Amino acid sequence: MIASSAEVLNFPILTLLVVLPVIGSIVVALLGGSRPEWMKLAALVSSVTTAALSLWLLSAFKSGEASFQFVSQHLWISQWGISWHLGVDGISLFLIVLTGILFPLVIIGIDPHHNETSYFAWMLLLQAGVMGSFLSLDLFLFFVMFEIVLVPMYFLIGGWGYDQRVYAATKFFLYTMAGSAFMLVGIIATVALAHRDLGVVTFDLVKIAEGANFSTNAARWLFLSFAIAFAVKVPLFPFHTWLPDAHTQAPTGGSVILAGVLLKMGTYGFLRFGVYLFPQAAMWARPAIFTLAVIGIIYGAIAATMQRDLKRLVAYSSVAHLGFIVLGTFALSSQAVTGAVMQMVNHGVSTGALFLLVGMIYERRHTREISELRGIQHVAPIFAGVFTVVMLSSVGLPGLNGFVGEFLILIGSFGPARWWTVVATVGVILAALYLLWAYQRVFHGEPDEANSTFKEITIREGLLMSVFVAIIVVSGIYPKPILDRIEPSVAALIEHVEGQTK
Amino acid sequence: MNDQVPQFAGPVIDWFSVSPLLVLLFGALLLLLVGSLTPQWRRGWYGLVSALTASVAIVLSIFLWRDVSSSGPKLLVGGALALDHFAVLASIAICSAVLLVSLVTSDYLAGEKSDMPEIYALYLTAAIGGIVMVAANDLIVLFLGLETLSLSLYLLAASNRKRAESQEAGLKYFILGGFASAFFLYGVALTYGATGTTRLVDINLALNSYITVPRNDTLLLIGVGLMLVGFGFKVSLVPFQAWTPDVYQGSPTPVTALMASAGKVAALVALVRVFVTAFPSRADDWGPAVFVLAALTLVVGSVVAVVQTDVKRMLAYSSISHAGFILVGLEASSHRSSPDVGDGLTAIAVYVVLYAALVVGTFSVVSVVAQNSNNGAASLDAFKGVGKNNPVFALAMTVLLLAQAGVPLTSGFVAKFGVIQAAIGVGSYELAVIAMVCAVIAAFVYLRIMVSMWLSDAASSTSVKVPLFSTIAIAIAVSVTLVIGVLPSLLLDLTSNLTQLASK
Repeated sequence: MIASSAEVLNFPILTLLVVLPVIGSIVVALLGGSRPEWMKLAALVSSVTTAALSLWLLSAFKSGEASFQFVSQHLWISQWGISWHLGVDGISLFLIVLTGILFPLVIIGIDPHHNETSYFAWMLLLQAGVMGSFLSLDLFLFFVMFEIVLVPMYFLIGGWGYDQRVYAATKFFLYTMAGSAFMLVGIIATVALAHRDLGVVTFDLVKIAEGANFSTNAARWLFLSFAIAFAVKVPLFPFHTWLPDAHTQAPTGGSVILAGVLLKMGTYGFLRFGVYLFPQAAMWARPAIFTLAVIGIIYGAIAATMQRDLKRLVAYSSVAHLGFIVLGTFALSSQAVTGAVMQMVNHGVSTGALFLLVGMIYERRHTREISELRGIQHVAPIFAGVFTVVMLSSVGLPGLNGFVGEFLILIGSFGPARWWTVVATVGVILAALYLLWAYQRVFHGEPDEANSTFKEITIREGLLMSVFVAIIVVSGIYPKPILDRIEPSVAALIEHVEGQTK
Repeated sequence: MNDQVPQFAGPVIDWFSVSPLLVLLFGALLLLLVGSLTPQWRRGWYGLVSALTASVAIVLSIFLWRDVSSSGPKLLVGGALALDHFAVLASIAICSAVLLVSLVTSDYLAGEKSDMPEIYALYLTAAIGGIVMVAANDLIVLFLGLETLSLSLYLLAASNRKRAESQEAGLKYFILGGFASAFFLYGVALTYGATGTTRLVDINLALNSYITVPRNDTLLLIGVGLMLVGFGFKVSLVPFQAWTPDVYQGSPTPVTALMASAGKVAALVALVRVFVTAFPSRADDWGPAVFVLAALTLVVGSVVAVVQTDVKRMLAYSSISHAGFILVGLEASSHRSSPDVGDGLTAIAVYVVLYAALVVGTFSVVSVVAQNSNNGAASLDAFKGVGKNNPVFALAMTVLLLAQAGVPLTSGFVAKFGVIQAAIGVGSYELAVIAMVCAVIAAFVYLRIMVSMWLSDAASSTSVKVPLFSTIAIAIAVSVTLVIGVLPSLLLDLTSNLTQLASK
């Protein structure tokens, strides 16, 4: 079943992906007071090594295989049937790589301006939590990781954000924690009910999903308890109100990570836990979730159009984009789910890049008001060019990565969710509208006095952005290697769902 | 015929099994007698003697633990006390609380420019009362323990003669505590009337054998209800919680730490033992009452905590909500038809042990911060800027607060997880959901303290000085919080056969 088990014994790469950032974080915290320059180096070494490991994982990952690879399992809390169980498949692979790459870019590319030690320490701890969330195959372990992520993110928003940071950080923490409170009850209930079918108490995801046989009613309640946690995290309309605040008030690095990988914990959770554990209940809940997703798409787009703050605009565009991902996830056709997984990564890259660019604009002009910005194209043409590519990727222009995912989602959803898909397609047009209009207002026209000194992109910023642009272009033109790795796992999941719902 | 006068035969006493009590008693008498006959000792020595006594009691309790493991639970002193894992674990928690609190008090008294042996002697007598309570197998013995503990705490609450709030707290606690004792005693009397015995084990036997003959259930249920009210006051369940914030706020902070840890652990464990040992046959009657009390306690405790501005009051309400969590475990124990009913008891034991360490650590930090503030009060403002001036200290507090909120990888999460698991195991989904939602509401309180420490600008730039003994106490509490948080197996291993309560 698991071809690479021999490698597993020799080299616990997945465990390392989680533990390395923790070690990095501790080293950073210890070095911070006495040797600031070493502290930075430690943060860099830790995050770059993690990135290298995740890239190595990408190359060693066996394409065309559906099962979990590099599985690492150790008993953790034997009394409760909980183990440290990590594994990677096509669904999680690219999210892990994205997490691996995004953090060093943020650490290298963005200065926190003050209290660097704690900033880097929290960042690395955040990376460990996110990695763990995407790798966990144990419900308890997943919950621990899912929840622990809140702490570093809370401090990053609260400590390095803008004026309303404390409010935004608290709102973020409480909203997400409230969602996961229901999930914890759901997880324990799942295990308690599965106990009757399996004969043992275990939090093992695969064992429960394959072995347990929940009654229709129980499965629906359990699915709902998970769905609330994920709906808040995604966020799905109407649970989205924390997102614009958190995004706007977070420091640029925090926003990039939040949009890039943190929100994906929700969509990934839907797929890995919601759909996998309770296929029938997921099918039952589909109409409601489709509706919320489509409302999110349209509402996010309209709200984005009305924003005066550039960062808030990008935040609302996230609500719309994630609506597409949720739509594709629950369409439960091979194409749509593959597209949704691909789009999780795409959104992370393009929206992450957009937040970086907005952060650069703020660094230069100390404002994000669209009305204050004008004619930047004239004074900073390269910057404008980079912004154009990233923006078009977010719009979903053919030839760039955003198109591939969005197209697959819409095609795959048309069968199972025809009218919802029709409405969602309007969202594609709206996305072009709000982004192009914003671009027009910010970059076109004649720069006024304040904007005429807008600094062109620096070399450091240019190198940083070139990574994003390269991913955007390459995966847009030649997505096949990515899709080849995603598809088998998605197909296996769909097969599991069909087998259970027949 | 037999002209021999029947001799009074005292019970056989296994002296070693009660040695922790004897050691604590010896320590208390030593402090009082020697302390009053000799001139003032050097600063800190009283505290050290108290801490040392508590440590010896802990070591002896560990030996008792091993005895129970090898030869099983048993009753002592003619069935007055029970020796089982549940009691020994709670005793260790109580003695550990006294140990840590003694260390903190030493620094506190230094800050108040006084040092006296009485406080420590009262700590030790409080511990005696607590241990008697957690081990009591007889309602009268339980009452003796309760009074020993309570009287010590009344005096301790009022022990700071320089501060009017302390006097007020002592008086309030005394009057309301007296009411509670009366309720409890009346409940004991009625129960005796209904069953003819005050032994917990015998009450259960009597209630089960009465099945064929008519019995006076009205008397019994009123008795049980009154006992629940008495316990409700002592562990501050809603609606009997009104005294808690005032007393917690007014008492010297180390004393508050002792009340919230040892005092609460003793009363909760006694409550659980009484209901699980004596009245399992009436679980259908007290189960719903505990359900309502748990739900009210959770909701009121966490919601009202949110609007407080004094950290000690916040923590008072948070301790109320923690008691609600423990009642969730007791409610789970009332579902006798379920095979997982024992999980409730284990979960409660784990909860009280972890909670004791957590709450002592938290109040130790509050004590240090309050002493560094201008007016000696623990307002949220006093915490402002602590993160900037003393990051390690603030980080310790952050860990403790996150644990109180139940964030994973801390002991607080392990405790909450166990209780919720027990509740769900017997199908109490409603209570599990209420508890988790309340945990989120309560999290806001802890976030407010963290915001003050880390995200607000300091009023003054003077660094918080953390005295040596307090540092040790906080470090121990934080280590327990993190180690058990990451490796809960260490504690869960111990509690594997905890549900075997002593019965003969």
